[in-house]
Amino acid sequence: MATTPRVGYRELEDSIDLSHIEHPHEEGEAELLTLNMGPHHPATHGVLRLLVTLEGEVVRDLVPMIGYVHTGIEKTAEDKAYWKVIPVVERMDYLAYYFNAMAFCGAVETLLDLEVPPRAQYLRVIHLELNRIMSHLVWLGTGALDLGAISVWWYAFRDREEILDIFEMSSGQRMHTRYIQVGGVFNDIPVGFVEKVKAFCAAFPARVDQILDLLSKNEIVVQRLRNVGVVDEERLLEYGVTGPLLRAAGNPWDLRKAAPYSSYDHFDFKIPVGTIGDNWDRFAVRAQEMKESVRIIEQAIEGLPEGPYITPDRKYALPPRHELATSMEALIHHFKLVTEGFRVPPGEAYYPVEGPRGEYGCFVRADGSSKPARVHMRDPSFVNLQAFRDMAKDHYIADLIATLAMLDPVLGGIDR
Amino acid sequence: MPDATGLELLAQELREQDDGGVLATTFFRDKAAIHVAPAFVPATLAHLRGKGFRFLASVHGLDYFPEEPRLGVQYELLDMSAVDRITVTTRVSTEAPHVPTVCVDWPTANHQEREVWDMFGVVFDGHPDLRRILMPEDYEGFPQRRDFPIGGEPILFTHNEPRLPGWWQ
Repeated sequence: MATTPRVGYRELEDSIDLSHIEHPHEEGEAELLTLNMGPHHPATHGVLRLLVTLEGEVVRDLVPMIGYVHTGIEKTAEDKAYWKVIPVVERMDYLAYYFNAMAFCGAVETLLDLEVPPRAQYLRVIHLELNRIMSHLVWLGTGALDLGAISVWWYAFRDREEILDIFEMSSGQRMHTRYIQVGGVFNDIPVGFVEKVKAFCAAFPARVDQILDLLSKNEIVVQRLRNVGVVDEERLLEYGVTGPLLRAAGNPWDLRKAAPYSSYDHFDFKIPVGTIGDNWDRFAVRAQEMKESVRIIEQAIEGLPEGPYITPDRKYALPPRHELATSMEALIHHFKLVTEGFRVPPGEAYYPVEGPRGEYGCFVRADGSSKPARVHMRDPSFVNLQAFRDMAKDHYIADLIATLAMLDPVLGGIDR
Repeated sequence: MPDATGLELLAQELREQDDGGVLATTFFRDKAAIHVAPAFVPATLAHLRGKGFRFLASVHGLDYFPEEPRLGVQYELLDMSAVDRITVTTRVSTEAPHVPTVCVDWPTANHQEREVWDMFGVVFDGHPDLRRILMPEDYEGFPQRRDFPIGGEPILFTHNEPRLPGWWQ
């Protein structure tokens, strides 16, 4: 900005107070070394910067520094009509786009008191669970890569491609699909979709087992993960950690079971839990979650109800294309929705959903206009990162990499 | 969710602690919210923790521009055993945006309060490390406030370098 007084770069560097991370070396104490990792580091899964205090090779303290990919999505959302916000919130956590959209649309539907048709709820569940598997596959591939196992990456991404093909089939996009809409989903599934999903569901559990055979009996992997990064349940709860990390410590909290949304109570599935909350438990919990997701998808495909895929309320959902040529009313609705968007009555709503990393909670404040007055995503990566210090402390720096991989942060979600 | 009656009972218990602390209650779309004075936030959260709300799911700020007091901070509490949620909200003005921190009792609030400070300029008194978290350390202004314009940042490219003289200093 033009009004900002110009400060010299060196002066600026000096003005940053580092006293809280510097360690004076005293007699009789081991020498500590402060090491900067990132923001550009292949193992930080994005643009994460870590200031690590080392004693020899052992991590004694750690400060995460974030904000390198902050793009102001929450601010951008305030300048867009409700239905145009969906594509921008999808880009927050870029591996969990269906969950971001689901949390946002759920919050808006709560404000509107809008009923979602059962078929749309089932279609949402199918895509959410496919997205969960997809996100876990990226985690599995990159996590194994951090442990030095490159083949798992290829196997995981082969299966991920199949899921992206399914997404492309239903929405035309592989990522950031904008499939979930306020009041339902964007379109009904095309011919051949059900067969493709069924084929994937039939093949996938065996493929998970194949990947697990590569890893879970591998001595190096087991030694790198077992009893590393243990944080107990009580501490995780204090840090607000949710998702697989909390379940790995033995707490079976899962919003899909605890507070079912979008017809999750119709499906029979189990929640994998760990015992002590080390990296191995985190690994095992996510691996089993993929199999449970397959079960949910199979049940949702089998029981997919007939009916509309989006709310029939024309005030909120676009009319079918063919009606525009014959119905004046449909044309007016279409015009109003596309130009101004729908208005939402004043109110505030917080809508949590269970994503691949924990609780995605979208807070929306409506002021009666067609644009939200505030959109906030409670992103699990952002909250979970605070527990990282406790996980990595007093372990080797090599284990810090493994722990970060098992923490599974997505920097797009952290920085938003 | 605590129903409307349960919410009033909770509010009454809080009013017995501090008569002026609880400002209002709202029950909107099956969701209970207690509005309290800024100074009363830690006591409210401590009382609700005793009632089973042991998990602080989210702390977020918002700007009610042009209403006064403008800034708001909301605390989303969760009771995992009763599967129950409640919101505690407080409002402060931009002239004196001070809220006592809760991050000693709720370590999860640490980063989230920093984000509210960064985006809205709410000062959390007693916070151990209240620095900007997402924006650069030398940034001026609070970008999520409603009167902060969108698109006001000059982005530096090779072609507009001459128009921003001295940017490298």
